[in-house]
Amino acid sequence: MSATAPPPSADAPPRRGATARRTAPSPRVWGLPLLLAAVLGGLYLYVGSQDLDRIERRSLNAEYLLSRTVQHLTLSVVVVVLILAVAIPLGILLTRPRARRFAGPVLAVANIGQATPTLGLIVLFAVVFVAWDVRTIVIVAVWLYGILPVLRNTMVGLDQVDRSMIEAARGMGMTPLRVMLSVELPLAVPVMLSGIRTALVITVGTVALATFVGAGGLGDVISNGIASSRDTVLLTGSVLVAVLALAVDWLAGLVEDLLRPRGA
Amino acid sequence: MSDQTTDRPMIRLVELTKTYPGRTAPAVDALSLDVPEGEIVVFVGPSGCGKTTTMKLINRLIEPTSGRILLDGEDVTHVDPDRLRRGIGYAIQQTGLFPHRTVAENIATVPKLLGWDRTRVAERVDALLHMVGLAPEEYRDLHPRQLSGGQQQRVGVARALAADPPVLLMDEPFGAIDPLTRETLQNELLRIQREIRKTIVFVTHDIDEAVKMGDRIAIFAEGGRVVQYDTPERILSEPADDFVSDFIGAGASVRRLSLTRIGDATVAEDWPTLPFSADASERAAAVAAGDHDFLLLLDDGLPVEWLPSSGGGGLPVLAPVGPDHTLYDALDTMLSNNSDVVVVTDAQGRYRGTLDLPTIQDLIHVDDAAGVPTRVSRSTSRRSGEPR
Ligand SMILES: Nc1ncnc2c1ncn2[C@@H]1O[C@H](COP(=O)(O)OP(=O)(O)OP(=O)(O)O)[C@@H](O)[C@H]1O
Ligand SMILES: [Mg+2]
Repeated sequence: MSATAPPPSADAPPRRGATARRTAPSPRVWGLPLLLAAVLGGLYLYVGSQDLDRIERRSLNAEYLLSRTVQHLTLSVVVVVLILAVAIPLGILLTRPRARRFAGPVLAVANIGQATPTLGLIVLFAVVFVAWDVRTIVIVAVWLYGILPVLRNTMVGLDQVDRSMIEAARGMGMTPLRVMLSVELPLAVPVMLSGIRTALVITVGTVALATFVGAGGLGDVISNGIASSRDTVLLTGSVLVAVLALAVDWLAGLVEDLLRPRGA
Repeated sequence: MSDQTTDRPMIRLVELTKTYPGRTAPAVDALSLDVPEGEIVVFVGPSGCGKTTTMKLINRLIEPTSGRILLDGEDVTHVDPDRLRRGIGYAIQQTGLFPHRTVAENIATVPKLLGWDRTRVAERVDALLHMVGLAPEEYRDLHPRQLSGGQQQRVGVARALAADPPVLLMDEPFGAIDPLTRETLQNELLRIQREIRKTIVFVTHDIDEAVKMGDRIAIFAEGGRVVQYDTPERILSEPADDFVSDFIGAGASVRRLSLTRIGDATVAEDWPTLPFSADASERAAAVAAGDHDFLLLLDDGLPVEWLPSSGGGGLPVLAPVGPDHTLYDALDTMLSNNSDVVVVTDAQGRYRGTLDLPTIQDLIHVDDAAGVPTRVSRSTSRRSGEPR
């Protein structure tokens, strides 16, 4: 206790300059697309300098490559949308007090999904569910594979939100739904997004396996290269898958920066 | 338990009991207690004795096992809890501020829930920031992380007051704050309360804070029982049992000094003073006339210097005490300045008089002898006072 009449605000001055800023465009942000463009350019020049035979030309033409890329992206988008549609609500549900006890078992199942080799899963489904469309088989198998990171990160993200803050929100008369939408989810977003980013990259990479059941995608280019022992084709297919995965990761990173709550 | 009913309780707890699932002993046990309108009631007691539980029962963050809660005469035990809570301010030690929202957005939480329009919310936010001593232009767009602990707590208080609720629940709001800032915040809350006259339930485990803040104090004991519910004076002078005396601890008579604000105390006005502008001969004359060792020099009414009558240079006036300080603060100042007198000023810092050690010693002994404190004016001055 002191009688030295403290000034009206004895508190420390605010830490100025610490204001949350959106990351300005920087070499870190633009470096990767430039690199990817350079790789693609290099690949184009290299392939162009080769004397392509008939078999190689069947794979290495713009129309074919474009159609496989579109197939690849379509499959990936469907899978990711399904992952989000299931894993996020499930993650929210499993962090509610009443459903908590199911969290362990569900995570265990999701773990199995990820631990199982996807190729094995695809082949297994193709054998067991003969009636299914090949694309359905790929979608389900890759979906199972990618659920875990999103589910786990949704749960971790929600769990790390300060309990006392949630209680304060309830204490002010916010409904549970409102607390979820305007407090818990915004604060869980960074952790959730990093899970989603992982799922995206995994998915784009794994969809390459679709070729084994004839569901198309850039995997076709790779398997053409293997089947015909044409290294240029194999190289092109591999580079395209890698570039696509990195590009998607980069995009997701941008979204992540954009959606990160300010001040948190 | 002493008499706990008053004419017009804002909050009435009737036989309130809470037993947590899986526990055998109740955390709050058949608690009946009235909180009168416009008063600060402090729940104080050792850790784990059910203070927080009782507070959360009032806004139904926890549902009672049995018993009833009446708010302003209405039984709210079964009304929609979300609606109920929008009418009860709630501030907690951890502040619970939303880190992703600005200060203004945080404060606007309840008004927005209530559907206030944008201009009204903005005006209210600025008024509240002003009230808790934060310049609106500077602070409204900052995020909680950019504030010090004390400033965050101010925002927490502003947020609790946002929709102008008649009742305010505060759970150890200043518990995690350094002593100096805590004292500032306590004083400011008392100042604000003088204007807004809310019914406040304030939880603390610090008896000094309880004595300072409370119009009444409820002393909680293990198992969620209230062992004494009384004014601070009576708790300090007539503890109901050994538990209460132990909890108050030694020094109750000194502690009672903190019940009297200097603004309400009589101060000596006969100390010789002299304008700072007085020249050497005037100073010499004044020294010769008085029998004090020091003269007090006033510059335009503000105390600036002690002038020793033995000659030599003046000494600066250290730490004068103002109307919002207590007699305890005055004693504290004397002891830490190694002096037996302290200068008293008014709210503007102008000289009002002096207090000396013998006077304070007398007050302590009068209290002890009479068993009743001399504090008469504090609660009345709080209730009269400035208009809204
Ligand atoms: N959610 C809960 N579930 C079970 N028991 C609880 C719960 N919350 C509190 N308790 C128990 O109820 C009792 C009272 O707790 P409470 O938090 O009300 O104490 P308190 O007086 O606020 O203590 P402190 O001064 O430490 O904050 C304690 O024994 C505590 O263990
Ligand atoms: Mg507590």
